[in-house]
Amino acid sequence: MQTAQLTWHVRRNAVAYLALLPMAAIVVFAYLGTMAWSIRLSFSSSRLLPRNDFVGFAQYTELFGTSRWLTSLENFAFIAVFFLAICFVLGTLLAIFIDQNVRAEGLFRTAFLYPYAMSMVVTGLMWQWILNPDLGIERTMRDMGFSGFVLDWVVNSNTVLYAVVLATVWHGAGLVMALLLAGLRGIDTDLWKATRIDGIPAWRVYAFIILPILRPMIVTSLVLLSISIVKMYDLIVAMTNGGPGNASEVPAKFIMDNLFERANIGLATAASTTMLVTVLLIIAPVLYSQYLGKKGSSA
Amino acid sequence: MTSVSIRNLEIRYGQHAVIDKLDLDIRDGEFLVLLGPSGCGKSTLMNAVGGLTDASAGSIHFDGKDVTWADPKDRGIGMVFQSYALYPTMSVRRNMSYGLRIARVDRATIDRKIEWAAEVLQITHLLDRKPAALSGGQRQRVAIGRALVRDADIFLFDEPLSNLDAKLRAELRLEIKKLHKAIGSTMIYVTHDQIEALTLADRIAVMKDGVIQQLDTPLNVYNKPANAFVGGFLGSPAMNKVEGQFSTRDGTLTFETGGFALDMEAYPFEERVETGQKATLGLRPEHIVPADGTSRQLEGTLSLIEPMGSDILAWSDFGGISMAHRLSQEDSYTVGNPFAVNIDTRKASFFDQATGKRL
Amino acid sequence: MSVAELIAPAARRPVTSQQLWGRIGIYAFLGAMTLFFLLPLYVMVVTSLKTMDEIRLGQIFALPRELTFDAWKVAWSSACTGLDCTGLRVGFWNSVEILIPSVVLSILLGALNGYALSFWKVRGGNVLFACLLLGAFMPYQVFIYPLVRFYAQAGIYGSLPGVVLTHVIFGMPVMTLLFRNYYSGLPTELFKAARIDGAGFWMIFFTIILPMSVPITIVAVIMQVTAIWNDFLLGLVFAGRENLPMTVQLNNIVNTTTGERAYNVNMAATILTSLVPLAVYLGSGRWFVRGIASGAVKG
Repeated sequence: MQTAQLTWHVRRNAVAYLALLPMAAIVVFAYLGTMAWSIRLSFSSSRLLPRNDFVGFAQYTELFGTSRWLTSLENFAFIAVFFLAICFVLGTLLAIFIDQNVRAEGLFRTAFLYPYAMSMVVTGLMWQWILNPDLGIERTMRDMGFSGFVLDWVVNSNTVLYAVVLATVWHGAGLVMALLLAGLRGIDTDLWKATRIDGIPAWRVYAFIILPILRPMIVTSLVLLSISIVKMYDLIVAMTNGGPGNASEVPAKFIMDNLFERANIGLATAASTTMLVTVLLIIAPVLYSQYLGKKGSSA
Repeated sequence: MTSVSIRNLEIRYGQHAVIDKLDLDIRDGEFLVLLGPSGCGKSTLMNAVGGLTDASAGSIHFDGKDVTWADPKDRGIGMVFQSYALYPTMSVRRNMSYGLRIARVDRATIDRKIEWAAEVLQITHLLDRKPAALSGGQRQRVAIGRALVRDADIFLFDEPLSNLDAKLRAELRLEIKKLHKAIGSTMIYVTHDQIEALTLADRIAVMKDGVIQQLDTPLNVYNKPANAFVGGFLGSPAMNKVEGQFSTRDGTLTFETGGFALDMEAYPFEERVETGQKATLGLRPEHIVPADGTSRQLEGTLSLIEPMGSDILAWSDFGGISMAHRLSQEDSYTVGNPFAVNIDTRKASFFDQATGKRL
Repeated sequence: MSVAELIAPAARRPVTSQQLWGRIGIYAFLGAMTLFFLLPLYVMVVTSLKTMDEIRLGQIFALPRELTFDAWKVAWSSACTGLDCTGLRVGFWNSVEILIPSVVLSILLGALNGYALSFWKVRGGNVLFACLLLGAFMPYQVFIYPLVRFYAQAGIYGSLPGVVLTHVIFGMPVMTLLFRNYYSGLPTELFKAARIDGAGFWMIFFTIILPMSVPITIVAVIMQVTAIWNDFLLGLVFAGRENLPMTVQLNNIVNTTTGERAYNVNMAATILTSLVPLAVYLGSGRWFVRGIASGAVKG
């Protein structure tokens, strides 16, 4: 397009450009600018205050020599894998079972999804109490005569991650259920008639016909859950505060501690840059295919 | 009333040219129909006239004034859309008065104009309803009314009848024609429906791939298609197309196909043809008529008949070439019987096999 | 049996024992899952109604012997955070003060962005939007530190406007996506008709688009109220000591007590903190699910 045309175009749509200024400002300053500065700081020796020097990858070397960070990465991977897998399986099962023409469907739906409306802080606190050996299920079972009963996940550093996964699954499984149920309800009833005439067993229909149709819903729910797991900070703070020891440390909390308590900005920004790159590598293809790939020419 | 000239107009999305170096002149008060298959660029062209799509190059003039970059509201146009595009949250009255209210026209004038337009379109009793409470035909009347109250110099109709059922379509088509007679504004009408084009237009512009294939009166477009595309696009059932070549037999120009040969002395050629030249013959079904006692140009076999109510559409086989033709519903026919026809060669069309151009 | 009965098909297909067991299995699974999901809430409620003496006995699943709402009163008006014993009340009102402007502003901006992006052909709009979406996937930790510095420079760090702005910033991707998707589902002819009628950018937005946006605005309100009320991290970092939201205060009350933990007070406080999102969830029914789904399905 020639300059004259461009001038005309901008002049005719000037108000639209003005209206998008707040968004542009937020994208440029609050998202891209901050991101760039975080990355810049990760190559400096900043501690309590930002410094303008350049120390190359020193912070990254230190970061990956820090056992607490490595632990937090391992924990993150563990939580993410089990959380996503269990949420997916459980949520799918719940959706399929609810879809079998059950009575009181609304009740079941409400019961399975309400945790998703609760905050992570509340979720963490609740499960901390229920799994607390002095108060919760273990104490109750022992009082009932099962003296050998052990359920000490939150206070045992070998099992604390199970407790975290349990709490997050409780929080997130309903989301998968709700989205897949909506998808199941959208499936053409003729499809069911066709599979019945062909005599295909129900489990095969679900596994090989229905789930592939529901792929967009599945992707959506897993993307949403992944975002929540990457951002997971409050649940850990409320439930275990990273303990016992470092046993339930996660990257988000590691960064926050180094930013605001340990006054180690360089290390914290190196860690956040690492997370940024990781997320970008994982999410970029999904994001592309989901939102921009199918855009086509809308004209 | 306004004339429109489009000069060298180009509209591109990326590398793809939707409109390619297009010139078009629309006369003052003319009813021009842009006809073509979907994706031919007709709607894009209309949007450009309305100022809703930016031109990549070229210019558009109304009455000699360059409006290429004028805002839609400053062009003196009214537009009617296929999807009606009524504002769903406003009553019919407010829908129609929206543009006038924005232009700060005084109350009394607005009321007067709406009363008038509502009367013309017979929607006075609907004025206080919301669009959701109207039928498709009523909605389209309101949409036309909205354009009417604006005193538009040019009316743009973007497939306005395509969402209606056949009966309503015929009814509203007539109304639009009456409206044009009554107010005499320039009207540009986009459609893919040839019946609408043929019945409404002063002139039809047949478009394909962003290029105008033929711009002429309905009669000429139908009877003398400028190329094979136009010939095939207009007419239902479609024109029969038969490939073959010219030859000279006993001193007369003859068109030979794999199945039969036809004397072509009567055909008004526009280009010189030579013996041996390959061409496509286009024959409309109504130009193949059952042979009477005096002459029998072609002998064939009746292979299929489809009663259409007013007449019968038949398919016959002439030496291995199947062609559609029309029969009167008053006679009875038996499939499989021999069948002789005459062909009105003056009304046939020949197209060059390479370029598709009319010969 | 009469002949007619023999010929006529049975009104109901006879239930085989296999089908019967299938039904029992479905209800057993759904029932067990309902228990799992409701368990924490149940424990919270009964414990909050017990006296500390009764709680010391264990039996977290038992109903309270004598109902007492003392714990609720304490949680609301006199529970202590360190030395400060003013209860959750303060946090509640802080959350309300943060919530209202944040929800209103983020929705207005989201609607405006969505409108400008989907109806006005703004050059670079899609690139801007893609950047914004990418930002939605990033952990907050990447942005937080530079934002803190920006805010400190601007003098809004640790203030109500600061935390509101933060919510507007981080709510923008989802809100913009929500409205953009909704608006791209509206016919563009509507927009064209209004343009021909002479309406400009704001006129179309306020007189045509906004009146049509009621359903999606309800969805947006549900999403933003839940998200902002449940936020912990942003409130903790940006709100400042005077404006700490309810979730942060809850965590402080629960996790900073010295001496014996007043479980009944803690659980009452937890329920109080969840009341707003729970009410939104129960009151909104299917709209809640619609919100989750429309936030991410297709672009």
